[in-house]
Amino acid sequence: MSSKNPVRTAPHFVAEVDEGGLGAVDAVRVSDRKSNLWLDAWRDLRSRWMFWVSAVVIAFIVFVAFFPGVFTDVPPNSNCILSIQNEQQAEEFGLPIGTRVSDHGPIPGHPLGFTKQGCDVFSRIVHGTSTSLSVGVIVTVLVAFMGIVIGAFAGYFGGWIDSLLMRLGDIFFAIPYILAAVVIMSMFLHDRNIWVISLAIGFFSWPSTARILRSEVLRVRNLDYVMASEAIGLSKVRTMFTHVLPNSIAPVIIISTVGLAGAITAEATLSFLGVGLPNNLFMSWGNDISAAQTSLRTAPFTLIYPSIALSITVLAFIMLGETVRDALDPKARATR
Amino acid sequence: MIWYIVRRLLQGIPVFFGSTFIIFTMVFAMPGNPVLRMFGDRTPSPQQIAALEEKFHLDQPFLSRYFLYLGDVLQGDLGTTYAGQSVNEILARTFPTTLRLALLAVLIQLIIGVLAGLISGLRKGGIFDNATLLITLVIISMPVFVFAFVAQWIFGINLGWFRPTVGAGAPWSDLILPAIVLAGLNMAYVVRLTRASVIETNQNDFVRMAYGKGLSRGRVIPVHVLRNSMIPVTTNLAADFGILIVGATVTEGIFNVPGVGNELFKAINRHDTPEIVSIVTILVIVYVLVNIAIDLLYGVLDPRIRYVK
Amino acid sequence: MTALEPLLSVEDLQVAFKTQDGFVPAVRGVSFDLYPGETVAIVGESGSGKSTTAHAIINLLPGSGKVTGGRVMFEGRDLTKLSRREIESVRGREIGLVPQDPMNSLNPVHRIGFQVEETIRANGLATSKREVRKRAIEVLKEAGLADADQRLRQFPHEFSGGMRQRVLIGIGLSSDPKLLIADEPTSALDVTVQKKILDHLETLVQERNTAVIFITHDLGLAAERAENLVVMHRGKIVESGPAREILQNPQHPYTQRLVAAAPSLASKRIQSAVTTGASLAEAEVEGADAAFDLVTAAERTADVATPDAPPVIEFRDVTKVFKIRTGGPKSIPFTAVDKISFSVPKGSTMALVGESGSGKSTAAKLLLRLEDVTEGDILVDGTSVPGMNKQELLKLRRKMQPVFQDPYGSLDPLHNIGNTIAEPLHVHGIGDLKSRKARVREVLDQVALPETVLTRYPNELSGGQRQRVAIARALALKPEIVVLDEAVSALDVLVQAQVLNLLADLQAELGLTYLFITHDLAVVRVIADHVTVMQKGRVVEQATVDEVFENPKTDYTRELLAAIPGADIPLGA
Repeated sequence: MSSKNPVRTAPHFVAEVDEGGLGAVDAVRVSDRKSNLWLDAWRDLRSRWMFWVSAVVIAFIVFVAFFPGVFTDVPPNSNCILSIQNEQQAEEFGLPIGTRVSDHGPIPGHPLGFTKQGCDVFSRIVHGTSTSLSVGVIVTVLVAFMGIVIGAFAGYFGGWIDSLLMRLGDIFFAIPYILAAVVIMSMFLHDRNIWVISLAIGFFSWPSTARILRSEVLRVRNLDYVMASEAIGLSKVRTMFTHVLPNSIAPVIIISTVGLAGAITAEATLSFLGVGLPNNLFMSWGNDISAAQTSLRTAPFTLIYPSIALSITVLAFIMLGETVRDALDPKARATR
Repeated sequence: MIWYIVRRLLQGIPVFFGSTFIIFTMVFAMPGNPVLRMFGDRTPSPQQIAALEEKFHLDQPFLSRYFLYLGDVLQGDLGTTYAGQSVNEILARTFPTTLRLALLAVLIQLIIGVLAGLISGLRKGGIFDNATLLITLVIISMPVFVFAFVAQWIFGINLGWFRPTVGAGAPWSDLILPAIVLAGLNMAYVVRLTRASVIETNQNDFVRMAYGKGLSRGRVIPVHVLRNSMIPVTTNLAADFGILIVGATVTEGIFNVPGVGNELFKAINRHDTPEIVSIVTILVIVYVLVNIAIDLLYGVLDPRIRYVK
Repeated sequence: MTALEPLLSVEDLQVAFKTQDGFVPAVRGVSFDLYPGETVAIVGESGSGKSTTAHAIINLLPGSGKVTGGRVMFEGRDLTKLSRREIESVRGREIGLVPQDPMNSLNPVHRIGFQVEETIRANGLATSKREVRKRAIEVLKEAGLADADQRLRQFPHEFSGGMRQRVLIGIGLSSDPKLLIADEPTSALDVTVQKKILDHLETLVQERNTAVIFITHDLGLAAERAENLVVMHRGKIVESGPAREILQNPQHPYTQRLVAAAPSLASKRIQSAVTTGASLAEAEVEGADAAFDLVTAAERTADVATPDAPPVIEFRDVTKVFKIRTGGPKSIPFTAVDKISFSVPKGSTMALVGESGSGKSTAAKLLLRLEDVTEGDILVDGTSVPGMNKQELLKLRRKMQPVFQDPYGSLDPLHNIGNTIAEPLHVHGIGDLKSRKARVREVLDQVALPETVLTRYPNELSGGQRQRVAIARALALKPEIVVLDEAVSALDVLVQAQVLNLLADLQAELGLTYLFITHDLAVVRVIADHVTVMQKGRVVEQATVDEVFENPKTDYTRELLAAIPGADIPLGA
C-alpha cells in the first residue's frame, strides 16, 4: 500500500467550512418527547390501524361477555323446542303449529335462526362469548404466571436449578397440550367447569413462556447495567426485580397475547372433540360447532355463525399480538 | 458430532420417562377409583372392571404400576378398548393411512410454505407479501375444525371438487383435501417463519460478501439465503408436529379418514378412556422420537451446534 | 505504465436511504479519483458515510439505500448504470471486497473450502473440480494460512477472527482484481493481529499492483497504510490529498480536530485542564477544542501523581480458574488469570493492557467481586476483598465504582437518567430525597451534562453521553476508586478524547484512583501513570507509562507498541 512509489501526487483539497460550523463534540440534542421502550412502543401502537381495529373488536367482545343481556333477551338454553306444538308457541315465534323449529332459518326476534335442538343461534353465540373469553384469560394468566416464575428462577439461579427446571419444561413440552387436556378432561367427566378446562390447557403450555423468559433473563443478566448495579451494592434479588425482570418481560407480553388466542382455540377444539365444557351448563362455540356438523348440508348457518364468532375473536387477539410484537420487538419491526 | 448425537439421545431418556409418567399420573393419581372414573356414565360389568384392574396392575403400588404399564407398552401390548378390540390391531390398521396423510400434509406445507415465504421475504412490502400476510393471518385465526368444515363445505359440498368424506381404502385422491386442511395451519406458520428468517438472513454480512465476491443472485439466494433460513424453519418443525397430531385427530374425524386420529376422535366421543390413554401415550412417544430426529437434523444443518456447549 | 488515467473516478456521488420520513441523504456529493496501483484511505467517524460510499461503488447498498446522483466511472463504464448481470461480473472479478466484520462475513453453515471454491467458479478462474480445489488451496496459502488443504474442510467457527479475515482477503484477491475495497478489514481484531494482516495484505497488493480503497475510522492507521486520504464528515469530503501532508498540516477544522484527538498520535499523558487552569465548562462550549485536543492537553505540564503514595489496590498472586464445558462429558479448567500481582498507588491511574483473552476484564471483575478469586488475595486499602462479609462488601462497593464498556448496555433502558444516577445513593440509603436530587445535579454538572437530561431515557443519548452518565453514576457516592473496563473503547475518536479529558479532570479534582482496563495501548499513553501488560492471563511487563513506551523490556510489549498504527509518523508543527 503506502510504501510503493506513488503514481502521482494527489491534489490537496480542502472543503469550505459549513455555515453552521462544526458544532460542539457530542452536544446533547434531545427532542421534545421522551422516549423509552414502553413509550416508543405505545407511540408505535397508536399509529397502527391494525391495533385500533383489534382493540375495538376486543373491547366489543369484552362488553358482550359481561353484558350479554344488552344484545339478546332470548335465553340460550332453556325454551329450546324442536317444533311448534301449541298456540302459545305459535304466537311467540310467529310460525304455524307443526313447523319444525330445529335448524329453522332466521325469523324476527331470532336473527340467526335455530340450532338442531331448536335453540336460538344468536343467543347462544352471545352467551358463549364469556366462556371463550374466561378460558382465554384464565389460561393466559396461569401460563404467564407459571412461565415467569419458572423461567425467572431458572435463568436467575442457573446451575442445577436451571437444568432441572428446563428438563422439566422439556418433559411438559413433549406432550402436545391439547392431547394432555384430552386425557385430563376424559378423567373429569362429571366435574368439568371453566377452571378445570383452563388448568387442563394451561398446565401443559407454560414451557414455551418459561423458555423465552429464561433466555431473556440470561441475556439481560449479562448486560453491563446489571453488573453495574451489583457492583454498586444492589442485592441480587433487588437487581432481579428492578433491572432484570422489567427488561425481560416484553417477549412474554407478546407470546401471552397470541397465547390468549391459542387458549380460546384450544377450548373450542376440546369442546368440539367432546371433552370440553358440558353442553347443558355452558354455552361454548366449540360445542355448538360440533353439534352442528351433522347439519352441514341442510343448515350450514348453524355451523358457520359460531365459527365466524370464534374466528373473529381469535383473529382480534392474534392481530393485537402481531401489533404488540412489532411495537415491542425492534427486530420484528425490521422484518416488516 | 458424535457427542452431540449421544447427548441428544441421553436427553431424550428423561423426557421419555417423564412424559409417559405424567400421562400415567394424570390418569391414576386422580381421586377415586381410576377404573370407575374411566367408565364415566357407564356401569361396567365386574369382568370389565377386573380386566382393567389387572391391565393397570391396580394391586401394585403406584410407582411399580407405572413401570409395569410402561413395560407392557414397550413390549407392544397396548391393551383393549371397551368393546374388547385390541388397540395394537387398531393402530396397525390405521397407522399407514395417517402416515400417508401426514406425509402429504408435510410436503404441501413445506413446499408451498417455504416458496411463499421466500418470495414474500425477498419482495418485502410488495403485493404478494401483503396478500400472503393477510391470508396467513386469516388461516391462523381459524381453528382447524372451522377450517376443515369451511373446506369441506366449499370444495366438497358446494363445488364438488373433492369427495367430502374419504372413501373406503382411503385413496390418495381422497386424502388431498384433508391433507390441505392439515397442512394449512402449519403452512401459515412456515410462510411467516421463512419470510422472517429470509429477511433476517438477507441482512447478514455474509450475504453481502457473497454478492461482493462475484456470485450471481441465482446462486446467492438458494445457497446462502435459503439454506440458512431453513435452520429456524427446521427447528420449528417439532412444534409443527405437535399441531399436526392434534390437527390430524380433528381432520381425520371430520373427513372420516380411517387413521389413528380418527380412532382417537371416535374414542373420545365414546368416552373410551382406556383407548384414549393408549393412543395418547403412543402419540407422545412418537412425538418425543420425532423431536429427537428433528434436533439431530438441526445438528446436520447447522455445524455450529455440533461443537459449542 | 500506460498513460495516466484514473482507474476509478467517483464524481459527485450522492446516496440516500429511504426511511419513514422520506429519503435521508447519507453521501452528499463525494468525488475522488483512484489511479492503478494506488491506495486511498477514506477516513471518518461512524455515520460519516464512508462505508456507504464504498458499497455504492459496487452497488451493494442495502435495500433501502439508493444512488441518487453522480457517477462511478470504472474503466470507462458508469458502475451505477450497469444491469444486475453486468455488475455481478464486475464484482469479484474486477473489484474485490474485503468486508468489515470477519466474524459474520463467512456463511457459518458452509465449509471454508466450499466458500472459496464457489468464488473461484463464479469468477471463471477454473472449472474442473480438481483445478478449482487446487486454486482454492493456492488462494488460502497466499492469504497466509498454513496447511491450507486441511483448512478447506473446516467451518468458519473453527477459525479465529484473524484467520477468517485471511480467508476473506484471499477470496477478495482470488481473481486478481484491479481494485480492492477493504472496508474496515481489521477493526474487529487485536492490534498485533491487525498489523500482521495488514502487512500481509500490503505485500499482496503490491505484488499485484492492485489499487485499494481502504475504509477506516483510525486516522493513524489510514496515514500509515495509504498514500492518499479522503476525510469524510456527515456525508461530505472535508479534506483530501496526500496522507502525510494532511496529517502534518491539516487545513479543515474538522481534520484538525481529528488529528488532535487521535490517541495514537499523541505522545504524552493528558494533564488535567483543571490543574492547569482551563475550565471544564469549555467542554460544552461550541467549537472549543480543549475538550478533545489530546495533543495540546498532553503538552500541558503539571506534577505527575506522586509514585510513593500508599497503594490503594493490591493484587497478590491472584488466580482465577473457570470451568469450560466441552461437548463431551467433562469440563476442562481454564485459567483466565494466572498469579497476577500489581498495586495501584492512591490518586494514580493503573492501566491493565492486553489483547482479547488476556484476562484483563476478569481481573476487574475479581476486584469488584463480581467473580470470586480461585487463589491469591486482593487488598483494597489493606482489607482483603475475597474475605469480606456482606457489610464490609457493601462498604467496599461504596468506595469503589465501575464504568463498563458498552455504552448501549451500561444503562438500564427503562430507568431515566436521574433515577440511574440516584440509584447508588438510594441503595446505600444516603441522604433524603432532596439531598439526593442535589447530589445528582452536582455530578451531572461534573460530567458536563445539562439538567434537561435528568428525566430522559438512555436511548435518547449518544454513546459518549451514556458513558458520561455511567461516570456520573459512579461518582455519585464520592468513591475513591473507579474501575474503568474498556470504558472508552466503543466511542468514536472525538468523543473518546472528550471522555478521556473528562476523566483526567475528575481525577485531578477529586483525587480518584483509576484502574483502567483497555486493549488500546495508544489510549494508555494519554491517561495512565502505570501500566501492567497482560498476555494469556499472566503479567508480562509492569512499569510506568514512560518506561514502557520508551524502553519496553519484553518482546510482547514491543510487538504491541509496534502495532499502534501511525505511531511513527512525525506530526508537523
